[in-house]
Amino acid sequence: MINLETPDYLASMRSSMNNLAAGVLRPIARKYDAAEHEYPAELDMFRGMQILGRPKKKKADAPKPDGGNGKPKKGINLSTVATIEEMCWGDAGLLLSIPNAGLGNAAIAAVATDEQLERFGGKWAAMAITEPGSGSDSGSITTTARRDGGEWVLNGEKIFVTCADRCDIVVVWATVDRSAGKSGIKSFIVEKGTPGFKLEHLEHKLGIRASDTGTFVLDECRIPFDNILGSAEVKKDTEGFKGVMKTFDNTRPMVASMATGIARASLDFTREKLDESGATIDYKRNLNNVGSLEKDFYLMEAHLEAMRLLVWRAAWMADTEQFNNVEASMAKAKAGRQGTLITQKCCELLGPLGFSKEHLAEKWMRDSKIMDIFEGTGQIQHLIIARNVLEMSGKDLK
Amino acid sequence: MICFACSEEQTLMKETAAKLVQGAIADAAHQMDETGRIPDDAVRKFRELGTLLAAIPEEYGGYGMGNSPIMNSIILEELAAGDMGFAIAATLPALFLMPVMDCGTDAQKARHLADFAADPDGACGTLAINEPRFRFDPYDLATTAVRKNGSYILNGTKCFVPLAETARRIMIAAALDGTNGLFIVDRNNPGLTVGAREKNLGLNSLATHPITLTDCEIPADDRLGGDAGCDYDRLLQRTWTAIAAIGTGICRASYEYAKNYAKEREQFGEAIASRQSIAFMIAEMAYEVDAMRLMTWKAASALEAGRDAQREAYLARIYAGEMAMKLTDYGVQVLGGHGYIREHPVERYYRNGRGIAILEGMAIA
Ligand SMILES: Cc1cc2nc3c(=O)[nH]c(=O)nc-3n(C[C@H](O)[C@H](O)[C@H](O)COP(=O)(O)OP(=O)(O)OC[C@H]3O[C@@H](n4cnc5c(N)ncnc54)[C@H](O)[C@@H]3O)c2cc1C
Repeated sequence: MINLETPDYLASMRSSMNNLAAGVLRPIARKYDAAEHEYPAELDMFRGMQILGRPKKKKADAPKPDGGNGKPKKGINLSTVATIEEMCWGDAGLLLSIPNAGLGNAAIAAVATDEQLERFGGKWAAMAITEPGSGSDSGSITTTARRDGGEWVLNGEKIFVTCADRCDIVVVWATVDRSAGKSGIKSFIVEKGTPGFKLEHLEHKLGIRASDTGTFVLDECRIPFDNILGSAEVKKDTEGFKGVMKTFDNTRPMVASMATGIARASLDFTREKLDESGATIDYKRNLNNVGSLEKDFYLMEAHLEAMRLLVWRAAWMADTEQFNNVEASMAKAKAGRQGTLITQKCCELLGPLGFSKEHLAEKWMRDSKIMDIFEGTGQIQHLIIARNVLEMSGKDLK
Repeated sequence: MICFACSEEQTLMKETAAKLVQGAIADAAHQMDETGRIPDDAVRKFRELGTLLAAIPEEYGGYGMGNSPIMNSIILEELAAGDMGFAIAATLPALFLMPVMDCGTDAQKARHLADFAADPDGACGTLAINEPRFRFDPYDLATTAVRKNGSYILNGTKCFVPLAETARRIMIAAALDGTNGLFIVDRNNPGLTVGAREKNLGLNSLATHPITLTDCEIPADDRLGGDAGCDYDRLLQRTWTAIAAIGTGICRASYEYAKNYAKEREQFGEAIASRQSIAFMIAEMAYEVDAMRLMTWKAASALEAGRDAQREAYLARIYAGEMAMKLTDYGVQVLGGHGYIREHPVERYYRNGRGIAILEGMAIA
């Protein structure tokens, strides 16, 4: 039965996460924006909290559907996106720097064997898909993995890897058979310190500067055979590739929630200034009869609500074990774009306060922009949605 | 617990309403818009479902099954996906009776609810909130009520009053001593004049009328809620949620029509949907319609929980107002010149869509 009231447990979780974000992240947000690439040591307190990518429980300890205590199961995906929103309200760059909460962890959590979980579950895992010649078209990667006895030998270059410096391991996409196209793409776990695996350099960015984005070069890099995630077999169909892409169904709502958190931070600050200036925000007056700042504010708040509801729906579907591929893309498409627009607009409404580094609004505008780019750009999300609702293949709708 | 899926009962009602629209409205909607007439038969079929009787307490002749703003929103979306005017006409008695149920005195409930229960097909009441003026705002009414001994004297002008001509009673929103109240006026009251049917941009299937109140005197007992007055905020919250549901239905219809058209229409040797500029409009329509619905359901959930829904209902409504225009515009654009021709429904959705941000008090959730 439809019920979109926020459950009590989620409301109290949101408020305690918000306290944490306000107490720990906000105060150091500017510091690490300025000190690009420096590890925020304050975040050590979160190690082990596993905000993204909780390691999959071994089959034997899998939770009972009712949580084992007769109470309804509280959805992990929904709690995760709600937590992420609060943390990004604190600071998105810092959220992305939380130890052991990399996107690679999400991929490992989704597909690792029990034995792999044992070896890698407790480590900080980055995700390396993108290459200089392969961005949105992730199926065109050219990094190769060659089998040599009990080892894989990797060669190629990976760019824009989040947590490149701080992570312990990297999930690397590589092809075992270039002639097989997408079916040949597999993911491999490469540990830092492996000979032939080198962190080339770190990027200087528009925003999320607290997050260390870097380039890896793989040069005859040898890893154990068992470091492959999933099966080594190259099938004729693209089921395997679809499998690796499925991780995105979980991570896209997370990125959308990051956008929601940043946009809310901007709106909250704008609201504070509106209140101080004597404006009334009472959700009553016709939009024709309020000032232009108030009108913009109301509309942005409505969009923010829409973003959150699309995110929560996608997460709720994952929690209830429904296929949420389109809904995940819908959340990402909406929140990525709208978050960008909201943070821009708030700076405009704030005037000089929105341009000065005395305040965080300008930073939120820089931070938010990435949410419409990584984990698939807004355009790619629109493609996914359009192909799905129009029931057209990638061939018919390019 | 939070849930984004319909229950069996909600799905059943949604499907029933959809089937009714499919059978009685879908093919007729264009004609309804051109001739300005809604088939009585279609309205009767909807009333036969007894959704309103179900909500009326047993002591007043209903089934006493409670009122569900969420269910009402689900139904309104389905009906409006067929035709906005039909959605308003079919559910109209609720617009008059729900405020009575919410805030009427015992005597008012006994009279109006029982009247309806005794003759559910008979003429009932309607609601008059809109006023024909620049900067109109339901919180800033120019229509006034003044207490005089045992009466109230009403003065002012209203517009867009649905089915005013055939209504037995009209509930008038008017300012009273700095607050806003609702006043039940008999259709035959000599101080009340119903003007000729209006000609509007959209909503053409539905007869709407202007109303003039000239020193219109009513017994003090006919103020909704008696001396205590009514919960005007809640009335607006419920009507805002309803108009958001209607906006969702219109946009959904526009989206579906445009989507199917884009797959069939070929230019430059392939379906126009193969081009991203068309496909991306379709994608945006898909998720914005969902967002509109979720915003509506969010407000309806707050109402259903009996909580103050001022924020949620306001946001759902202004969002629907924005999106109704944006998405129905996309709908016309996807069809190009063909979208401009009245045989295709997208131009009607576009005209009706303009009403979502403007019209007050046309339906209730
Ligand atoms: C800060 C940061 C962190 C990142 N973290 C990671 C990470 O941890 N791991 C990782 O693997 N990658 C990461 N990325 C890479 C990111 O996922 C890619 O940048 C992104 O997918 C886009 O690829 P691209 O930059 O090559 O742009 P391109 O693919 O070259 O796209 C350029 C433009 O063309 C558009 N476009 C492309 N194809 C189409 C199409 N078919 N239809 C319509 N429009 C199209 C795009 O939307 C975009 O607007 C990160 C990037 C940044 C900036």
